Amino acid sequence: MSGFAQNTFNGLVSGAFYALLALGLAVIFGMLRVVNFAHGAFYMLGAFGAYVLLSEAGVPFWAALVIMPVGLGLLGMALERAVIHRLTKLDPLYNFLLAFGLTLILQDLVKLRYGVQSSPYETPSLLSGSVDFGLFDFPTYRVFILGFAVLLCVAVWWVLTRTRIGMVVRAATERPDLTRAFGIDVGRWVTPVFGFGIGLAGLAGVLAAPMRAVNPLMGADLIIVVFAVVVIGGLGSIFGSVAAGFGIGLVQAWGEAYLSNFPLVSQTIVFVVMAGVLLWRPAGLFGREEAPA
Amino acid sequence: MTNTVDTPTDASRSTPPSGLIAVARAPGWVRYALLAVGLAVAAWLPNGLYPAVAVDILCWALFAVAVDLLLGFTGLMSFGHAAFWGTSAYVTGLVAIHVGLPFPLAVLAGALAAAVLAVPIGYLAVKRTGIYFAMVTLAFAQMVYYVANEWRSVTQGENGLQGVPRELFGLDLTDDYFFYYAILPIVLLGLAAAWRIVHSPFGRVLVGIRDNPARARALGYPVHRYKLTAFVLSGFIAGLGGGLFAVGHRFVSLDVLHWTTSGKAVIVVVLGGIGTLWGGVLGAALVVRLEDWLSFSGFEAIGLVTGGIFVLVVVLFRRGIWGSVAALAHRLAARRR
Repeated sequence: MSGFAQNTFNGLVSGAFYALLALGLAVIFGMLRVVNFAHGAFYMLGAFGAYVLLSEAGVPFWAALVIMPVGLGLLGMALERAVIHRLTKLDPLYNFLLAFGLTLILQDLVKLRYGVQSSPYETPSLLSGSVDFGLFDFPTYRVFILGFAVLLCVAVWWVLTRTRIGMVVRAATERPDLTRAFGIDVGRWVTPVFGFGIGLAGLAGVLAAPMRAVNPLMGADLIIVVFAVVVIGGLGSIFGSVAAGFGIGLVQAWGEAYLSNFPLVSQTIVFVVMAGVLLWRPAGLFGREEAPA
Repeated sequence: MTNTVDTPTDASRSTPPSGLIAVARAPGWVRYALLAVGLAVAAWLPNGLYPAVAVDILCWALFAVAVDLLLGFTGLMSFGHAAFWGTSAYVTGLVAIHVGLPFPLAVLAGALAAAVLAVPIGYLAVKRTGIYFAMVTLAFAQMVYYVANEWRSVTQGENGLQGVPRELFGLDLTDDYFFYYAILPIVLLGLAAAWRIVHSPFGRVLVGIRDNPARARALGYPVHRYKLTAFVLSGFIAGLGGGLFAVGHRFVSLDVLHWTTSGKAVIVVVLGGIGTLWGGVLGAALVVRLEDWLSFSGFEAIGLVTGGIFVLVVVLFRRGIWGSVAALAHRLAARRR
């Protein structure tokens, strides 16, 4: 029984990373109709930035947790203004390719400076050790990640559904032209929303630094899994993306634990689930079918 | 058609790849002259470049044409074509090593395996369009990558398949110069097949589906089945390229299945010109030559340069080389009239 709790907990923790990245992707997609391939690269930059800040400037984890998302968010906003926004009126495939090119550039810039080996990042002392939950105990840091991610997702949900800004963003996502007709300046919100999505990716990166190997390639493979996650959840649905993120984390962890005779399972199960969803509900579990053209 | 979602409306495709029309309007003698120049360059290539680079260019030309068949003529951007290129590379290598068939037959086996793999992937992927199609193909290709990485008893994992023979009835093809001429007919055959597909009634239907899927459906064409057929044909042609690539390098590494390979194939097509078929050949030649030059000059961050080119091409040069030239020629012809 404690084994099951252990696996479930670990699944939720890795699901938290999927959820944070999928949330950023979904928010950006909703506002800009852009699938940001470079999301994984920004996650990597978040982790790497935290590592560089600590090792070269002695900036602690808690400061990095603020500095990196804000810094990367601003970088994302600059990027949106400089190039991405020129392409949003075109076929979304062009922005996908643009972000792919950016990923290669960012990866190789980091590789050129720091090499491909993984760098260790120490868990902040406040969060080392473990928390005792009676029957079993979990590493404090992982408990912190899970709590933090859930809190963030709830906060974003609250902003989107309960505030005026969220209302504007949702309206602009669903019917941009009609929203404009109501006299709301939709364009004003595009850049901040993009920056916010990138900031989330950076935040996920900082959170990952003490727990996963920090290296230039850590984001690229992850983002492809996150793409599968958002196809499963339905990219148009923010709730669906987050739910699918946690769900896939769980399925992977259970698959790894209970199907350990098949070493491939943990890596490929997400794609198998995606295939099943495409057969059963092509628009994604929480996606809405749009009228066929 | 309850399965169809997120089909792009006409408005969302504000830049249809229009190269096809421009080229098709070129007068007959221009087309024959271009064909003659192309064949002459192909016959001369290994005398002007390192033969090994020339071989790579041929393989990538097939890959690019395969991707363009979907991207330019069916309106589907596959971001996972490394799955077919790479699967064929592995199957070709395994058949050549363990069965010892002449290399053209091994390549054929590889390409057939790629086509077979393209059936389930294509069947699932064509349920989505646009950006989702790209994400789904990318994800399935990553799955193939993981399988190859994990299935070490067959693929040798990160060591790669070593010593793929260049067997052809006892001929000595160890010199890349002669090997180039040995594979040139196969490559030309593959390119001709792609040309034939595009200019057949079947290809016309594909273009119709690209431009207006709703109308194609209303006319009674089974859109999904057409897309799937195009996907499998494209997988086969990409497989031809991948198989030849394996024999050419006498070595297969996991790189052939990596997502960067898929992305490179797409950008090669965009650089050459989407929907121009031969533009992809030009793009392949340029990118392969550039990468060879970069790695030869000892520059480590190749991704920095290729990534930079991707960004520049997408932002400033979306028509690509062939598309720009065709548009220019078209404008000149219009002025003369």
